[in-house]
Amino acid sequence: MPSRIILSTDELRRTLARMAHEVLEHNRGADNVVLVGLLTRGFPIAQRLAQWIGKIESIQPTVGALDISLYRDDLAGNIRPNLQRTDIPFPIEGKRVVLVDDVLYTGRSIRAAMDALTDFGRASSIQLGVVVDRGHRELPIRADYVGKNIPTAYDETVAVKLEETDGTDEVLIESRIKAV
Amino acid sequence: MNLPRRNTEPYVGGASPLPRRHILDLDDFSMDEIKSTMQNTDAMREVFGREIRKVPTLRGKTVLTLFYEASTRTRVSFEQAGKILSADVINVSAKGSSSEKGESLYNTALTLQAMNADIIVVRHPDSGAPYFLARHLKACVINAGDGTHAHPTQALLDMYTINRHFGKLKGLKVTIVGDLLHSRVGRSNLWGLTKAGADITLCAPPTLLPPDLISPQARPEGHPFAAVQVEDDIERAVKGAHVVMALRLQLERQVSGLLPSLREYSRLYSITSKRMSLAEPGALVMHPGPMNEGVEIDSDVAHGAHSVIEEQVTNGVAVRMAVLYAVVTPTPPKGQAS
Repeated sequence: MPSRIILSTDELRRTLARMAHEVLEHNRGADNVVLVGLLTRGFPIAQRLAQWIGKIESIQPTVGALDISLYRDDLAGNIRPNLQRTDIPFPIEGKRVVLVDDVLYTGRSIRAAMDALTDFGRASSIQLGVVVDRGHRELPIRADYVGKNIPTAYDETVAVKLEETDGTDEVLIESRIKAV
Repeated sequence: MNLPRRNTEPYVGGASPLPRRHILDLDDFSMDEIKSTMQNTDAMREVFGREIRKVPTLRGKTVLTLFYEASTRTRVSFEQAGKILSADVINVSAKGSSSEKGESLYNTALTLQAMNADIIVVRHPDSGAPYFLARHLKACVINAGDGTHAHPTQALLDMYTINRHFGKLKGLKVTIVGDLLHSRVGRSNLWGLTKAGADITLCAPPTLLPPDLISPQARPEGHPFAAVQVEDDIERAVKGAHVVMALRLQLERQVSGLLPSLREYSRLYSITSKRMSLAEPGALVMHPGPMNEGVEIDSDVAHGAHSVIEEQVTNGVAVRMAVLYAVVTPTPPKGQAS
């Protein structure tokens, strides 16, 4: 499968640092800000953003993990992903919640995540941060913080690889069609 | 196998062994599927612990519980599991249904299928009844106990409970005491626990052991239960055990001649605190319920420090949520009313 690197290890690090600054700028500090990462890869990204925010502002926001499988709209088919344990050990009532995911594509995961989050309480606002926005939205959803906009074709996939889950830090674009 | 006690590590990669159509016993479960069920149960426990216990997963699906035998915890936990997952749950018990007018199981099931049940949870006094339904119905069938044969969701919740406490199943000494001849819980646990690599010791009077388990000749090398130990002395059976599982003496299924008397059974096989002192420190006492306190288990053990019997009930709801999540009704072709 042909693939090319979109963000190298260093570029990914700088991107996350910039996104952390944007979160602080937009919310005028880290007061009342919590991060909720979508499992699997949104969660470690949220943890890293929280660390960056802690470095910049000396307040490190708390981080939760959210599994959206039970809220998906395509479970009527044969898809049954293995579940991961949601862990949001803090009240989100009145918080500015930043949802964090690796790739924003159709927007359906984020729709599910917002539904799930609503079950945990009434956040004062829900914002969205993603490492890559690859386009092709199917729902009226946009991200507040974007690492990189990458126009893609349907037959391409964007793979965000992380040290925590994949043993390496980089973002790749892969074509699903084999090179002739 | 070494499962984390809580799912702190993400499950990355590996094709999900799910979904499946029916859950009839654990004999056709792969280790991957057991592992995935444990993991999903862990996630479901979190949902069960929320303030708002409701997720939209099975919205629009109908779960029908069809019980031809008495039950409290199994039926109620399936009902609760279905409701948390937003399914419509309809309970049918044989008492008060048309089966009292002589309707056959097949005709009852067809009637219920005509009402568009997606998942049918069935308990029946005859071994094999859920297999019969699975062959003839479009709906997913989940066995909630059939005769003396199998009770897969009970075994899964027992395995989940053990795994939660020890972080593993492999290599644990699990002693199962009691009426194995009539116990579907014991049978399904044998399948599940041997697959997971636990060391099983059975302890029962010879009259209450099924023939294939009583004689080692019936279990040659390669037989799934080949490594199962049978021990008639309770003290030797409990010694060093990590888990002691008492089975209910099934008074309703006893035929005469199997037991001299309840008192003798209780004297020889009851789980007492004195006997539990021979087990590993921190050993668990389990019982699938309902208990005959003072017969197979002493009250002070049933409600004592070793006991996880109440936790088994809580875990039972989470396991049944995981199981309802796993089964998939075949989708009818587009444009055709199902």
